[in-house]
Amino acid sequence: MTLSREQIAQRVARELQDGFYVNLGIGIPTLVANYIPADMEVMLQSENGLLGMGPFPHPNAVDPDMINAGKQTVTAVTGASIFSSAESFAMIRGGHVDLTVLGAFEVDIEGNIASWMIPGKLVKGMGGAMDLVAGAENIIVTMTHASKDGESKLLNRCNLPLTGAGCIKKVVTDLAYVEIHDGKFWLIERAPGVSVDTIVKLTEGPIVVPEVVPEMQF
Amino acid sequence: MAGLNKVVTSYDEALAGLTDGMTIIAGGFGLCGIPEGLIAQIKKMGTRQLTVVSNNCGVDGFGLGILLENHQIKKMISSYVGENALFEKQLLSGELEVELTPQGTLAEKMRAGGAGIPAFYTATGYGTPIGEGKEVRIFNGRPYILEEAIRGDFAIVKGWKADTYGNVIYRHTAMNFNPMATTAGKITVVEVEEIVAPGELPMDHVHTPGIYVDRVIQGTFEKRIERLTTQA
Repeated sequence: MTLSREQIAQRVARELQDGFYVNLGIGIPTLVANYIPADMEVMLQSENGLLGMGPFPHPNAVDPDMINAGKQTVTAVTGASIFSSAESFAMIRGGHVDLTVLGAFEVDIEGNIASWMIPGKLVKGMGGAMDLVAGAENIIVTMTHASKDGESKLLNRCNLPLTGAGCIKKVVTDLAYVEIHDGKFWLIERAPGVSVDTIVKLTEGPIVVPEVVPEMQF
Repeated sequence: MAGLNKVVTSYDEALAGLTDGMTIIAGGFGLCGIPEGLIAQIKKMGTRQLTVVSNNCGVDGFGLGILLENHQIKKMISSYVGENALFEKQLLSGELEVELTPQGTLAEKMRAGGAGIPAFYTATGYGTPIGEGKEVRIFNGRPYILEEAIRGDFAIVKGWKADTYGNVIYRHTAMNFNPMATTAGKITVVEVEEIVAPGELPMDHVHTPGIYVDRVIQGTFEKRIERLTTQA
């Protein structure tokens, strides 16, 4: 069984540590917020200038001056802080964010990531993605392992224009948890019921498979 | 206007001197923290061939989107512009030019512009289309690209409260790009919800000191919400 969006988020959440400051991108990464262990203190950074993002507001508590990076209305947790965009990106570029989670179209064996532009389609922009991948030491990419037609998205070399070069070390897909170093993919865990053969077949770049590949538990 | 009093009472005064072909730096993130009345005044003035530096370009019918409708914008410098159909149409027809800039680089370009720093090195964008043609320099074994600062002929800014000296505080995430924008305009105009007397804003809570501000006007704000999201 391939992982659902929620399960990908659940798997990513296991990489959280108590005391972490975390930036979650739009889409599956946002769901990670639902799986923060109750006994852990984690502060979510929203790059429009909020550290300590809370849940969406109740309808009677909506404030147009409180939004997240996806322009959705949000709340702040107790102990949050608010600051300018320059301050926000100083945190990001200065390497102060402990974990960044974002989506991608493609990654490759050199740790390159493509996530913002498909030539021939209208380009809306990169937002903060280039700053996030360039500034963060600890990044987890969430993505589907292959296209619907079975074309791998874990490549020898990204085909699409890059968001960042040589910056990705960890990828959670619907099939596997994979790390990237030394010019190769390294298979660490597989989704429940997904065979190693399937993962290898759907990975274009060289992938190192250990003798035992544990199944993720949910 | 006398002494350090920055208050103007009409939008005509607020944007006096804005002419065709100028560069405007605008605060705001999406529709949050945008100077609504100043944007409406630019529409009323009909100033054309503008270059607008702003993280986004509003939506159809609101925010900077109303200047697109009026064909007043020649070029946008932004990090994300996908929220309006008209933007796409004008871009594809060649009427509008866009310079996509990573969000942190955009904020830093404004900050540097206001701080008298002509350019800065950043790792953001290296190895991507954004880095193409830009000077690369290695620091501690890592490549960085040179990005140039931005200054505007005008900066248009949305604050929460200002005193008559132009000291400004912002409210919640409506702060965003506004503090950097104030520093980067040759003429900086701040539209606020409330104007108070000097001394009423606690001096150690001021976000933007009045030295950066040329004109202050009190506005009324619709504060349209782009993506209303709630829980049950």
